[in-house]
Formats: sequence, structure tokens, C-alpha cells
Amino acid sequence: MGIGERMTIQKTSIDSAVVRFAGDSGDGMQLTGGQFSSTSAWFGNDLATLPDYPAEIRAPKGTLFGVSGFQLQFAAQDIRTPGDQPDALVVMNPAALKVNLDDLRPGGVLVCDEDAFNKRNLQKAGYEANPLDDPSLKERYRVYSIALTKMAVNIGKETGLGNRDAERAKNMVALGLMYWLYDRPMSLTEQWLKSKFGRKPEILETNLRALRQGYAFGETAELFAERYEVVKQSDTQAGIYRNITGNQATALGMVAAGELSNRSVFLGSYPITPASDILHEMSRHKDFGVVTFQAEDEIAGICSAIGAAWAGGCAWTTTSGPGIALKSEAMGLALAAEIPMVIINVQRGGPSTGLPTKTEQSDLLQCLYGRNGDSPMPIVAAASPGDCFYAAIEATRIAQRYVTPVILLTDGYLANGAEPFLIPDVDSLPTIHSPGYDGTAEDYEPYRRNDDLARPWIAAGTPDLHHRIGGLERAENTGHISYMPDNHQRMTELRAAKVEKIAEDLPPLEIVGAESGDLLVIGWGGTWGAITTAVKTLHGSGKSVGSVHLRHLNPLPADLGEIIGRYKKVVVPELNNGQLIRLVREKYLVDAKGINKIQGKPFFETELVEKLSAHLED
Amino acid sequence: MTEQPQLKAKDYKSDQEVRWCPGCGDYAILSNIQKAVAATGLPREKHLFVSGIGCSSRFPFYMETWGFHTIHGRAPAFATGAKLQNPESCVWVVTGDGDGLSIGGNHLLHLMRRNVDVQLLLFNNEIYGLTKGQYSPTSGVGLVTKSTPMGSIDEPVSPARLALGANASFFARVIDTDHKSSAEIYRRAVEHKGTAVIEILQNCVIFNDGVFDHITDKKTAKENQLHLVQGEPLRFGAESDKGIALVNNQPTVVTVGENGITEADLIVHDEQAGAFYGGLLAGMDSQTFPAPLGVLWAHDRLSYEQQAHEQVGKAKARPGAGDLHRLLHAADTWVVE
Ligand code: SF4
Repeated sequence: MGIGERMTIQKTSIDSAVVRFAGDSGDGMQLTGGQFSSTSAWFGNDLATLPDYPAEIRAPKGTLFGVSGFQLQFAAQDIRTPGDQPDALVVMNPAALKVNLDDLRPGGVLVCDEDAFNKRNLQKAGYEANPLDDPSLKERYRVYSIALTKMAVNIGKETGLGNRDAERAKNMVALGLMYWLYDRPMSLTEQWLKSKFGRKPEILETNLRALRQGYAFGETAELFAERYEVVKQSDTQAGIYRNITGNQATALGMVAAGELSNRSVFLGSYPITPASDILHEMSRHKDFGVVTFQAEDEIAGICSAIGAAWAGGCAWTTTSGPGIALKSEAMGLALAAEIPMVIINVQRGGPSTGLPTKTEQSDLLQCLYGRNGDSPMPIVAAASPGDCFYAAIEATRIAQRYVTPVILLTDGYLANGAEPFLIPDVDSLPTIHSPGYDGTAEDYEPYRRNDDLARPWIAAGTPDLHHRIGGLERAENTGHISYMPDNHQRMTELRAAKVEKIAEDLPPLEIVGAESGDLLVIGWGGTWGAITTAVKTLHGSGKSVGSVHLRHLNPLPADLGEIIGRYKKVVVPELNNGQLIRLVREKYLVDAKGINKIQGKPFFETELVEKLSAHLED
Repeated sequence: MTEQPQLKAKDYKSDQEVRWCPGCGDYAILSNIQKAVAATGLPREKHLFVSGIGCSSRFPFYMETWGFHTIHGRAPAFATGAKLQNPESCVWVVTGDGDGLSIGGNHLLHLMRRNVDVQLLLFNNEIYGLTKGQYSPTSGVGLVTKSTPMGSIDEPVSPARLALGANASFFARVIDTDHKSSAEIYRRAVEHKGTAVIEILQNCVIFNDGVFDHITDKKTAKENQLHLVQGEPLRFGAESDKGIALVNNQPTVVTVGENGITEADLIVHDEQAGAFYGGLLAGMDSQTFPAPLGVLWAHDRLSYEQQAHEQVGKAKARPGAGDLHRLLHAADTWVVE
């Protein structure tokens, strides 16, 4: 090509793409990924995100354990997961390369900040030689090593920002470049920068220029032979959308549940990763009458919520991992005294402190059985980030209608992951009712049950109906303390029957794929996206596979047994060492097989397709 | 609300059979509290009694009010939730030295520092009753119990000093059977806006009988009890001739009329004097000093639920407050046609 000639860069239209940003925890990767997500959502793609960050707040620079990543998939059609392998990987240092390279699809785009590949950083990442000099890297991937840091520092020289501060804009250079590569508009991020740095003109100017320069670099550097476009999704349901994370959706669902039940919301909570964001979000909604109480510990968190529910509030406690263990005794009290409230467990890798920032589904059995005595408690699980909104409302509906504590299970993957959320019409949301009492004070008995086997929920402080409750076994109907043998048996059976009764009222399960046939896949919680996609893929290729996804784990839906009977084999994929599978095997006496991944990571669609295929074949 | 006639103490007796050991100090406390609750003049449903686990924690079952017998040590947390939810209620927390200072020490600490407006009745009998007689966090060193056959080696905790450290806004001490002082102290506690801690010296006739005899014994009471009266000098003794003065910055028992001591030398009781004076009273050990009884300190500080609801009130006054539609749309949104 001669001087003055411009290489024409071909734009290829693709259905979907997976991009991952990775760098030091101080490199702003979560922000960068978040901006790319918002822009893509706003642009009209379907998307799903997966942030992956270290447990350390600011891990030492350049180390492998300090690497923070953010992956997203965006598409022109319906998608349910953040994707398996990135098509493009941006790494801000050698450690990020080392941690993430194996995930990159062969032939994928690799963008590296070459300035960070210095001796010190290479050493910290455990590289003896600079991997960017290794010819085999270029054989396997399309490698673009670019001086991102230098570009940012040079911009700082123009705007009068010192090197240290200017350097931090390197993530905007990277973002601009990726916007160019995937033909995204910059306007949303520009607006966001203006609102964030409005009062710091040099920083704002540096970041704006960095973003634009990154974009222009793609256009002019003549490095890239190809760029991509992922057109707007056309088969989306009409309506107004926003991007939402699971924790945000949970919080909004909690506020909505208060409104729908016409009760003020109370949240008693102790900070714990990855549930704390719910507390943060709720504390901003005091204008709905929401009272948030940051308790002195996990136990006080739930106890305060039970106290508030006793006094008539729509009460919640939020926690994760070890926190749910600490709450066990109080959960038993709420169950025994029959007080409606919801315990939210944002599951993370366990046991003990485990993997605080990683996802897992390993608290199911604890939530079902982890209390002294026969102590059944309803359990609801959310399937996707946006679904957390509806799951919170459903948990409240059950709690208040049946006057019982309910556990809502989400997980770290749902909590921090995001997706476009079709904002519902407020009037379309269900109203939530609880049994009251309208007889005379003389005839009132606090533990007399209605047809649902629920007792009336009367707020402490209500005139004329005062009574005493507690954790000691209580006599049927009157609620007076009773140690009588027959009464204890009767009350234990009644508490179990009440929870079982909830199943009568649940909607029929939806089957994805084949309605009967060779293989039924049973999933629950945050694995919905990967399982549904894998089953659709297999079914689309002619395999006799169907799946159901359980929102209610206790009681199990009434039609599950009949559905199981329609298939030759049952497989239960879970992010644990086999928990739901025990319930399925025990209750339906079926030789179900498990697919168990316990790596703190969600399922990949491809691995499920592969493993389910193997089950189909043998 | 129905028009309530003025209720009497007996109107607060529930129909439940009281199951404490005969002779237990809890009976006197129950009767004094029933009187105190009647004296508030509030309708019955306004009173919420919340307890933990232990002999004392059976208390709510015997009160014809709202009651919640919760789990061991956690009553302050339940009470905090209930008071935040229903700030109009008059909340009583019933706990003991084991429940409140051992397993529930953490919650008690935070209740006091937050200043949730409740009356906290701390039944201190320096022993575990319900589990049949092990030493408690307030038991003295050397106490021989089932779990300390060679004597306790644990340094006891002082409820008053703990309360001081947590900046409790009200602390009083009363003897279980002292009906006259009880009426006054419980009245003051209800009036106080914030956490009112009342340490009740309660005799466990079964496992620690007579542990407070050195204070309560009628014959020596005047010598061993220091009744605190606001604005009055710290005086005690059979002849009311003894008092507490600061000598070389140390509280010291002195006799008025001896060694040139006059009434003007005595410390004058001031409930609002602050932590230094509170510490002086809290630190008066029973070997050297008479036991300070009555309101040790009381100072005004905004209550927790009041502040929480003020914030809610402010937020509710904002334009667009409480609009769910608006909240759901409060993000970058886009329209799909
Ligand atoms: S054991 Fe002691 S404290 Fe408990 S009821 Fe009996 S006398 Fe009272």
C-alpha cells in the first residue's frame, strides 16, 4: 500500500461475541466491562455478564491472585449466559495474560498493553521470557500488543494531568479500541465520564481523549484487518429495558414486595460478600419507608428481622456462606413460632470461608436440613439476574400467605452478573396477602389455622389480640406452652404439612425441548442459562432431550414426579458435589446422574452439551 | 382503638401458671413490673416484652401484654427490630446475667451504644439457674459450682462498667424485693428516651441463695446500701453519718464530723455528670463501699429508632418518593418496539 492509501477494513456481521477484560484489581476492569455492557444493552443487544474479581481489596500489583476480570456476551438473539470462551481478550499485564489466556478461543483476538510487559511484571507473573515475543502465541491467536499506557500518559501531557493519574486512563484507551472493534457507540460512556468526573476537568478530559484515541487507533493503525458488528436483537419482547445485576434486582424485588403487601420493609443485615450490595442498595430506598439495620453480626441481622416481622413488617435478612450457618438457630425460631420473613442467601463457594467471591450452589442441603429438630422451610431459587426480582416477590408471597420464614437462594454468579431486564408494569405485579383475623378478641387463638394451614399474622402492638409466642413447643390453636407428647407430634406434622401444601398452589413446570423421551435434565438456580441453552442446542440437533428448571426447592413442584416418568434417564447438573440429586433420587426413586462442577465458576454451555451427549450415548 | 379503662397491676397478670421456684426473687420483680406497667397508663397492646433464654426469660409468659420468648442471648436484637418497626410501642427486654452478659454480651453492648428506646431488665443472680447451677459471667472469683468444683477463676464482669463503656444513656440498680425503689426506677426507665438498663439484684434461692445478703440484709442495709438521690450528697450509714468524698482524687468512705469532714466535702449525686462520675459509682466495689442503688446515671441522647425514622421521613419528603414505577426506571433505559 502506498502512502496516503487507506486500508479498507472489512466489517463482518456476527450473531454474538464474547469479550473479556482482565487486569490488575486496580486497573478498573469491572468499570470497563460494565461500560461495555451498558453500551451494548443500550445499543439493543441481548447480553449477560460475568465479573470475576479477587477476594483481596487491593491485591499486590502484578500478581496472579490480584487479577480481576469481566466477561460479557452480547448478541443479536436471545442468550442466557456470559459465554464460554472469549472471542476477544484484553489483558493489561502479564499476570492477566497468564490467568486468562487458556480460556481464549483459538484464533481469537488478544489485545495486550505492551507497556506492562516489563521485567518486574513478567517476573511477578512467573514468566521467564516475554510471552509476547513467543512466535507460537501469534500462531494461535491474533495478537495486538499496543502501548496503551504510553498513549494514556501522552494524553496526560496534553491535558496537564500528571503521569500517575493519566496512566489510569489506559482502560479507556482499551475500551475505545474495543468499541471500535465491535462497532459500538461511545456516547453512553462519554456521558458517564462527564457525570463521574464533572468536577475534575483534567481527569475528565484525559479519559474522554483516551476513549476517543483508542477508537481512532483501531481505525487508523492499520493493524486490524477485520472488525465486527453485532446487530440489534430483533426477536426481543417489546417494552422498556434496563441493565440489571442480580443483587440490584433482588433489592428492587424486596422494595416491590413491601409495596405489593402494603407493609413497610425492614432489612436486618451484616455485611458479607457477595450479599452486601443488597444492603447498600436497600439503604438508598428509605423513601419507600424501608428501614435498613446494619446489625452487629449475622445473628442480630436475622433476629432484628424476626422482631420486625413480629411487629408486622415485610422483613428480610441477607447473607452468604458462613452467615447462613450463624442464622440457623434464629431460622428455627421463626419457623417454630411461624413468623413470615425471608432469608436471602447469596451462595458462594464453601465450606467455611471458602471462596468468598466465587459462585457455588452448595447451600441447598444446609437450607433444607441445617436446623435442629424437624424444621421444614420453603425454599425459592432465582434463575437469572433479572429473575431475582420476581423470586424476591415470590418468596414474600409464600412467606406472607403461609405465615412462614422462606429462604431465597441466589448465588455469586447471579448477584454480580447482569442482563437486560424488561421493566414490568407495576400494575401487572401480583398483590401479596396474609391471613388476618376479624373475629372477637375472646375467640382469638394465635395458632388456629386456615385452609392453607397458616395461622393469622397479627402485628405485635395490635389492640386486644396480644398474646405470647416463642421457641418452646406450643399447643395447637392456643399457642400456650405445651410439652404434651401428642401435641408435639401433631404440631411437627402440621408444620410439615403446611410447607407441603404450598405445592398445590404452584404453576406447572415448563419443559424446554422434548416433552418426553431419552433424557430429562433437572436444574435449579443460577445454572438456568447454561442448561437451557445446552438443552436447546441438543434438542435442535435432533436429540431427545428436555429440561425443567426448579424455582421451588421446598416443596418440590407437584408435577415433577410425573414429568420424570416420561424420560428414560434423568441428569441433574449442579455447581456442587451433588445436592438436588439426593432429593430427586430419594423422593422419586429414580437413578438420576449428576454433572457436578465445583470450581467456583458457572457451567459452560459447551461442557454441558458434551456431558449431556455422553449421558445420551451410554 | 377502644377506650381503655385505667388498668391495674392485676390486669397485667396472664392466665399462665408462674413456674419459678418458690421463694425466687423473680416473683417480686414480676409483681413490681406489673405495677410499673399499669402505672404507665398506656394501653395494654403498647407493651412488648421480649426475652431470651433462662429463668428470667420466662417473664413474658406471665405478662398480659404482647410477649416474645426468643433464643438465648439475642433478645436485644429482636427488640431492636420490633422497636424500629413499631416505634410507638413500649418495649421491655428481659434478660439475665448469663443470657445478657455471656452468650448475648455482644447484642447488649450494641443495644446500649445505639440507644434503642427500651427498658432492659437485667436479672443478675450471679449464677446459671435454668441449666442448674453453673457459674455465670458475674459470679465472683472462687465461687464453687458444678462446673467449678475448685472455684471459679474467671474475673467477673461489672454490668455498670460495661454499660459505661457502651455509653449507655441510663443505668440503674435495684434490689428485687425493694418495692418502693422499684416503682420509682421503672417509672424513670419508661420515661427515659433511650436504652434504660436496670440491673436487678435477684436472689436465686436454689443455686446462689444469699449472694447479695451483704447488701440486702435488713440489719446491715443502712451500712451497705447507698441510695442515690439527685442533687443530694452521697450519704449512708445507720446514723446517716457516713458519706463518700474524694480524697486525693479517690472516692473514700468518710464520716461527717470526723477529721474535720463536713457535709460540704461529700460528693453530690448528679445523674448527668458524665462518664467520669459514672465510672466512680460503677467502680465502687462491695468490699470497700456500700452498694450504689437507684439511678447511677441518666443523660439525654437521641434514640436509635428516632434517628432512623427521621432519615426515613426526610427521604419520604423528596419529590417522587415511594414511586415504584419511577424506581424501576431509575437507570439507563432503552425501548424495544
Ligand atoms: S433456679 Fe434460681 S433463678 Fe431460677 S427460678 Fe429457681 S430460684 Fe429463680
